[in-house]
Amino acid sequence: MSRLTDAHVALANEIIGRYPRPKSALVPLLHLAQEQDGYITRDAMVHIGELVGVTSAEVYGTATFYEMFKFEPVGKYVVNICGTMSCALMGSEELMHHAEQRLGIKAGGTTPDGMFTLEHAECQAACTEAPCLQVNYRYRYRLTPADLDELIDDLSAERLTHEIPPHGTVAKVRQHIPSHRGVGVVAPELVTESPAWLNGKAAL
Amino acid sequence: MTSSYLHAPGFIAGDRPKIVTSRFEYADSYKIDRFIATGGYQGLRSALSRPAQTVHDDVKSATVLGRGGAGFPAGVKWGLTPQEVWPRYLVVNGDESEPGTYKDRLLMERDPHQLIEGCLIACYAAGLSQCFLYIRGEMAVAQERVAEALNEAYEAGYVGKNILGTNFSVDIVLHWGAGAYVVGEETALIESLEGNRGMPRLKPPFFPAANGLYGQPTIVNNVETLANLPWLMTNGVDAYTAIGTKTSPGTRMVAVSGHVVRPGVYEIVNGTTTFRDLIYGEEFCGGIRNGHALKAFVPGGGSAPWFTSDQLDLPFEGSQVGAAGSMLGSGAIMVMDETTDIPAAALTLTRFYAHESCGKCTPCREGGTWLERILSRVVDGKGTDADLAQLIEVGESICPGDFPHASNEALGLTAVPFPYKMTTICFVGPSAYVPVHSALTLFRSEFDARITKRTMIKVTAVGVSS
Repeated sequence: MSRLTDAHVALANEIIGRYPRPKSALVPLLHLAQEQDGYITRDAMVHIGELVGVTSAEVYGTATFYEMFKFEPVGKYVVNICGTMSCALMGSEELMHHAEQRLGIKAGGTTPDGMFTLEHAECQAACTEAPCLQVNYRYRYRLTPADLDELIDDLSAERLTHEIPPHGTVAKVRQHIPSHRGVGVVAPELVTESPAWLNGKAAL
Repeated sequence: MTSSYLHAPGFIAGDRPKIVTSRFEYADSYKIDRFIATGGYQGLRSALSRPAQTVHDDVKSATVLGRGGAGFPAGVKWGLTPQEVWPRYLVVNGDESEPGTYKDRLLMERDPHQLIEGCLIACYAAGLSQCFLYIRGEMAVAQERVAEALNEAYEAGYVGKNILGTNFSVDIVLHWGAGAYVVGEETALIESLEGNRGMPRLKPPFFPAANGLYGQPTIVNNVETLANLPWLMTNGVDAYTAIGTKTSPGTRMVAVSGHVVRPGVYEIVNGTTTFRDLIYGEEFCGGIRNGHALKAFVPGGGSAPWFTSDQLDLPFEGSQVGAAGSMLGSGAIMVMDETTDIPAAALTLTRFYAHESCGKCTPCREGGTWLERILSRVVDGKGTDADLAQLIEVGESICPGDFPHASNEALGLTAVPFPYKMTTICFVGPSAYVPVHSALTLFRSEFDARITKRTMIKVTAVGVSS
């Protein structure tokens, strides 16, 4: 299964409908594809191109710019260990060595059972809680090698599935604009007047 | 002693004015009920009860400085849009990823409604008819909290059509990235929002205020900047400017990380709090860990030239820090104690910027990689004195002329003020050179100690001798 499912096409069209130009939905739609398949397939990129009205080459061009998009299968859990300054000062290199030994792979690799992919990540905005890591973009703070062992044990035993979804799903909650409340979009070239509330008077 | 709130990891409260973190103490601070029970959406009501222009004037006279890095006043930025060109858009920069920076994520996770209210006030004041709230791709929880808050706010009538029954209507669209530091640069953010590779645009002609999203006038504001607006509207300009100094009013969120006793995110009084207060103060970080001495600190995120103990008494004020050779940037201080291997520490930052180069400008794409490789060689003990000269040469191709650095009494250095000249569109390229230059300028001996001196080889008629 590589093209988007019917349910995802409906969701994709809802997302596309929020932007004055459909191409703006490209990155959110690529996330949707990755959520469906765990990585971005060629068929998904072709399908997304059809949905937003650009060539699959343009979709590929955009997709390959962004670190989070994977083009071949990765582990169910992608472990990103931060190695930028604050984390490095607090021992992230040792943490990475430990993770490599424990998982038996080098950074960038995936375990043969397909459970873990280990990555060296850049600053994750948790600098006061160094060293930190993310598992499928869920944080773990101030980790010792022993903490990391425990985390890997928990993940292997599927004890954290309530918090950490499989790779591909980022946010578990989506925005929904109710049709009776949404303003809706207008192509910019069709707007010629200033917004109604700029009439010199108080709105309320 | 300060208390820290377990549900706001890293945040350390204190007995100080709170403008943007007032709800962090509540476990349910991100829910609309808590928000409304604690004065939420009152700033919006106050704004809507006045003509839009007066709201804009208030933001201007309060001198709400941009909290994303450049420190440009938001009210002035809003005024840069061309007259009578419609529609205008608001793009919220929630792509926080500058090394050391951790505050926008807290504001999005802990008080998303405050941010939404700030977006609405900005849209009302500046006549912006659609808002795109761009959150960094890796921030799953922030995306969830903002999505949930938007869903609540739409249902309750605070966002969307005819807000609070008025003629003010604006959609806020949650957008999310997919991992690219450079997208924090405002024109790159717009490119990314248009569905393209997130590469910065040339300015001119692409100043967002005139020619931004879809070629329309676009205001790009940082999360923390917008989060200030509800309090400002509720409490008024005088109350806002009563905190901090004339040039830097209000508060700032600052993350202090690295080798301190109590690393944390603090909301500090702007303009007066000094680096010494932050690093050594009992209500802040409580000094250097394990009784060690301070070696150096990065005062404003990975892109900022480094300071040493000579600069500890500088206040958190943009022009003074600029004159001293660095910048406040995005409110991020990284502290290195005496045990720090300086060349290795510099490498962690140079590697970051080299990795994050989008590849559009040659000096950054090639230069950043060169800097990383050469510095890496030096750190590994395989460098030569020629490598050190090469680092500077590569740096000068990215930033020609005098490069900003701090003064240092022991070394007999006087400060070179910020900023630098640059051969690239955005700051990623220069930022790869910043740690190299700071480390080499302030700690040259640590580099000399691990390189091999090369002597000239004399070629003689009978062979080669050294």
